[in-house]
Amino acid sequence: MLATKNLKYTYNDDVALSFPDIECQKGERWLLLGQSGSGKTTLLHLLGGLRTAKDGDVIVNGTSLKSLTQEALDQFRGQHIGIIFQKAHFIKALTVEENLALAQSLADKPIDRNRIKALLDRLNVSHKLKSKPDQLSIGEQQRVAIARALVNKPAVILADEPTSALDDVNCDEVVQLLEQQAAEENATLLIVTHDGRLKEKFEHQIILNPQV
Amino acid sequence: MNLVKLSWRNLTSKPLAMLLSLLLFALGVGLISLLFLLNHQLEEKFQKNLAGIDLVIGAKGSPLQLILNSMYHVDAPTGNITIGEAKAFLRDGHPLIKMAVPISVGDSYKSFRIVGTNHKITELYGAKVAEGQLWKEDFEVTIGASLADELGLSVGSEFFSSHGFVSDGINEHTDTEPFKVVGVLSPSGSVVDQLILTNTQSIWKVHSGHDGHEEEPADSSKIAKADPSDLLSYPDEEITSVLLQFSKRNMQTLNLGRNINENTDMMAAMPAYEINRLYSMMGAGERLLRLVAGVIVFVSGLSIFIALFDSLRDRRYELALMRVMGATKIKLFILIILEGLILAILGYIIGILLSHIGMSVLAGYMESSYRYSFSGSIFLKEELYLLAGAIGIGLLAALIPAIQASRTDISDTLTDS
Repeated sequence: MLATKNLKYTYNDDVALSFPDIECQKGERWLLLGQSGSGKTTLLHLLGGLRTAKDGDVIVNGTSLKSLTQEALDQFRGQHIGIIFQKAHFIKALTVEENLALAQSLADKPIDRNRIKALLDRLNVSHKLKSKPDQLSIGEQQRVAIARALVNKPAVILADEPTSALDDVNCDEVVQLLEQQAAEENATLLIVTHDGRLKEKFEHQIILNPQV
Repeated sequence: MNLVKLSWRNLTSKPLAMLLSLLLFALGVGLISLLFLLNHQLEEKFQKNLAGIDLVIGAKGSPLQLILNSMYHVDAPTGNITIGEAKAFLRDGHPLIKMAVPISVGDSYKSFRIVGTNHKITELYGAKVAEGQLWKEDFEVTIGASLADELGLSVGSEFFSSHGFVSDGINEHTDTEPFKVVGVLSPSGSVVDQLILTNTQSIWKVHSGHDGHEEEPADSSKIAKADPSDLLSYPDEEITSVLLQFSKRNMQTLNLGRNINENTDMMAAMPAYEINRLYSMMGAGERLLRLVAGVIVFVSGLSIFIALFDSLRDRRYELALMRVMGATKIKLFILIILEGLILAILGYIIGILLSHIGMSVLAGYMESSYRYSFSGSIFLKEELYLLAGAIGIGLLAALIPAIQASRTDISDTLTDS
């Protein structure tokens, strides 16, 4: 599960952002909607432990992120939080399989090739196992990025604008994939977006209002 | 997927940049190592062949040339001196002299030098007879170990000598008796390994036929001779030089050399002094080469630094991504340091291989032109220091990029893209 309490963040001491409290239960699927400047990417980074809050706390799977040291936080993030970005990025020198294996070993988990193969199979990209990331189409890259976020069976999956660059057909497909895969792992899914097309698809929604 | 493997994959994903850094590094290391190897082996040869010789007496000319020719058998002789001139030193019982060895050079066989001398030369260089015996009669020779190996000569072999030190077959002395091998010396690691030793008289005989005055007993000195094996019975005959070992070194022995130079037509040269002079002459060139090698190593360190620093800009997002996936700052630091280390260690290995292959090639060339044996398969402890230096440079070049990498701000980097 994923929750926040009195979360505040300050940029350069003058732009202060404060966020509504969130409480997402295990296995729930949430949408975080907001216009540009509403601080939704900041919130996503706070939730993922990529930034540290000035005030308040983030609870992931029962652990307070504030209580962790920088190193423990890195470790925790690798093991419990899967993040998908708007544009899929990879370690270019490694193959698809190695990128996923790296995600496992950086999270201090044993490399499980069966898990990697099964995930890619589920996402229909296992034929690209030995390909370099730049040999993949945009759609394939997005799928592999989803696979990478899922590979360590995280409790929470965060997706940052996963559909904003896609047409309607692909948009539907990616959302479906995310929901499916999250359900498969029984993980909490939170999609951060300003993409209006997703509004009707999610029961749980948080709306961020512009704060600047 | 450990960090070493990831570093390796990052490096090999840019093969040209990697190759350039590696080659530069290998060149620098190779050059330094080659200098170590050459220097070490040259000094070893020079020291070994000093053989406790205190003074060399020969014809006037360049003292260094006299030493090189009479002791190291590389240069041409300065000229000849007569037995009469040198008799004071050749005669037994001189109070200052422990050992005197006459040297006559000028002929060779297949570019190995034939040296007319006496049996004391084997004492001087610590050479032992491995097979057969030392020469007794005229035209009997005892040969060094390398010769036996290279020319396939053994006890009983016969050959004609050639005039000069080049084997061209034109100047062969076929009008005299052939030389006959009666013994082979065991390897001593000194210049004797490369020599054909015989008595002084044989050299004279080869040449007396040449010069036209065939065995003329009309010479007064030869009538007076008591013992035909005693050089002193031939005061008008010539030798190239005399190698002297003093019984002790003091002011008198120091003055002996000066006296010879000032009061006779002969020259006395001190090997230790001349060889040091030679070192200092070579030293200037060596220092320059070392400087060049140092500059290459510095530039190669710089190229590793630039390559890593440059790749960081392309890989900012990758590094942030690794943080997202659970990598700590330390891991990113180690990742970049490893890339520097891998380049340095690989560069070192290639450099050492190059220098030893280079030394082997050079050894073959030097052997054929100087008859000195060098080897590419000797490894020195200096090369271990060089490894430490290479690792140090790799670390230093990677340090700033590694610090930069570890400071990558995940959130800012991801937002920027």
